[in-house]
Amino acid sequence: MSAAPVLERPAVEPHQDPALTGRPDVRPTGHRLGPGRRRRLAWLLGPSALLLLWTVSSATGLLDPRILSEPWTVVATAGELLADGRLQENLAISAQRAGLGLFFGIVVGALLALLSGLSRVGEALIDGPVQIKRAIPGLALIPLLILWFGIDETMKVLTITLGVFVPVYLQTHAGLRGIDLRYVELAQTVGLSRAAFIRKVVLPGALPGFFLGLRFAVTGAWVSLVVVEQINATSGIGYMMELARTYGQTNIIVLGLAVYGILGLISDGAVRFFERKALSWQRTLAG
Amino acid sequence: MAAHSGGLTAVAPSGTAPSAVTSPGGTVSVRNLIRSFGPKGVLNGVDLDIAPGEFVALLGPSGCGKSTLLRALAGLDHDVRGSGVISVPERVSVVFQDSRLLPWDSVLGNVTLGLREHDAEARARKALAEVGLAGREKSWPHELSGGEQQRVALARSLVREPQLLLADEPFGALDALTRIKMHGLLQDLIAAHRPAVLLVTHDVDEAIALADRIVVLDSGRVATVRTVTPEVGSAVDAAGHEALRRDLLADLGVEPVASH
Ligand SMILES: Nc1ncnc2c1ncn2[C@@H]1O[C@H](COP(=O)(O)OP(=O)(O)O)[C@@H](O)[C@H]1O
Ligand SMILES: [Mg+2]
Repeated sequence: MSAAPVLERPAVEPHQDPALTGRPDVRPTGHRLGPGRRRRLAWLLGPSALLLLWTVSSATGLLDPRILSEPWTVVATAGELLADGRLQENLAISAQRAGLGLFFGIVVGALLALLSGLSRVGEALIDGPVQIKRAIPGLALIPLLILWFGIDETMKVLTITLGVFVPVYLQTHAGLRGIDLRYVELAQTVGLSRAAFIRKVVLPGALPGFFLGLRFAVTGAWVSLVVVEQINATSGIGYMMELARTYGQTNIIVLGLAVYGILGLISDGAVRFFERKALSWQRTLAG
Repeated sequence: MAAHSGGLTAVAPSGTAPSAVTSPGGTVSVRNLIRSFGPKGVLNGVDLDIAPGEFVALLGPSGCGKSTLLRALAGLDHDVRGSGVISVPERVSVVFQDSRLLPWDSVLGNVTLGLREHDAEARARKALAEVGLAGREKSWPHELSGGEQQRVALARSLVREPQLLLADEPFGALDALTRIKMHGLLQDLIAAHRPAVLLVTHDVDEAIALADRIVVLDSGRVATVRTVTPEVGSAVDAAGHEALRRDLLADLGVEPVASH
């Protein structure tokens, strides 16, 4: 083979180091298969494009306002509902339900995953029932939960919890089971206690799986929330939308959808942020 | 903690539990050690003694059971069938062929792993300086080269002041130049800390350069034991070096090649 061809470096990025500006920088650029460096705020691009498409098609009359309200109507509606306090009120109660359900679901899911991943007895007792629960759509349990707990907050939070703990359990458990046995051996040779083994090896090793589960869980929490709030509630964003349906207020329905969308985007972004911080030791394509 | 603690993962099905005791004098003794995977025996009655501070190299063709023996001494073979009596000192450290650093912990965190003393961090820093990695404490393992990672692994084992250092082809994955440097480093470290060493290797020259005694394993038994005098071990052009090398290769069933 001859030497690698020397190519002019494509001027994609200026030098980061001012001390080097002006110096020649000619290097062979291999065919890059990874997606390249991360760019800040790049995740906003997709949602913004969607928003732009909505605005343009509304403005040009392509989109009938009776089918989908115009973005500016939705913004105006948001303003009105904020002014009379209904939006904040409903948002707060929805966020509280989702937050509580998420919290309990994450704790239960992670604990069960640990118990089942670290002991054979735990696995025999826990894994089967969770797999069964997984096969039952969470929303199919709602009638039973209503019979047991009525239609108060307990039932709503419980429905969300039941939806959340399954993905957290599954992914954390998979992450935990996937921990290389070589690290377990190492832990033994350096004489780690069981508690230190869990803290130093099991938890960090299961963390990537846990975060994956968390992302499913967060999305799932909002989905469950919509359902419980639209089936039987007297407050919350879902209730607000359901009420709007009876009065044919498309703008409020679309506003509710937008709020759910924004909440979903923000919460997923938050999980990803913490994931990046916590897993900075990983070298992956995501970067 | 003695090396033969119970497993950290789920409880293994109880089989024929091999006996193991902590030796008071810090010597290693293995008597009639038998280990098998399935019907075929891997170790068929190994006897081995290592005195405190003695450096023993374990040679043998690939698959002859070197790692199996080392893992038995390290107490890592809970699930392997066998019998025999093993006694090892209280403090045993293991270096594996892969550096086996926890990827989610810093270099310093890896060296202090499992240390309970209050001055653990200071000692770990000192150990890292000893292996020439002062200043890299905060790095992630993946930011180090293969040789550097293996030096961290050495620091991690020596910071525990082991009476016995078990090393399973610790330099096997390194390039020749790095390997030679690591030999020198290991010799310095051993001179400073004076543990007994059992080094598994398939490299005859490495065994001669480092060991006081070379044990050749064959068919699951100790086939030959050869003593390396300091003069022979110190230089390749020493009298007797070439003869020892030839003998060892013959022990391993390799015919000398008349190419040089
Ligand atoms: N976990 C295992 N399960 C089944 N067979 C194994 C296992 N570990 C080692 N063996 C077998 O035992 C023999 C000795 O292996 P080992 O001690 O690793 O050899 P080496 O001398 O190369 O270190 C080999 O034939 C290998 O296939
Ligand atoms: Mg081996």
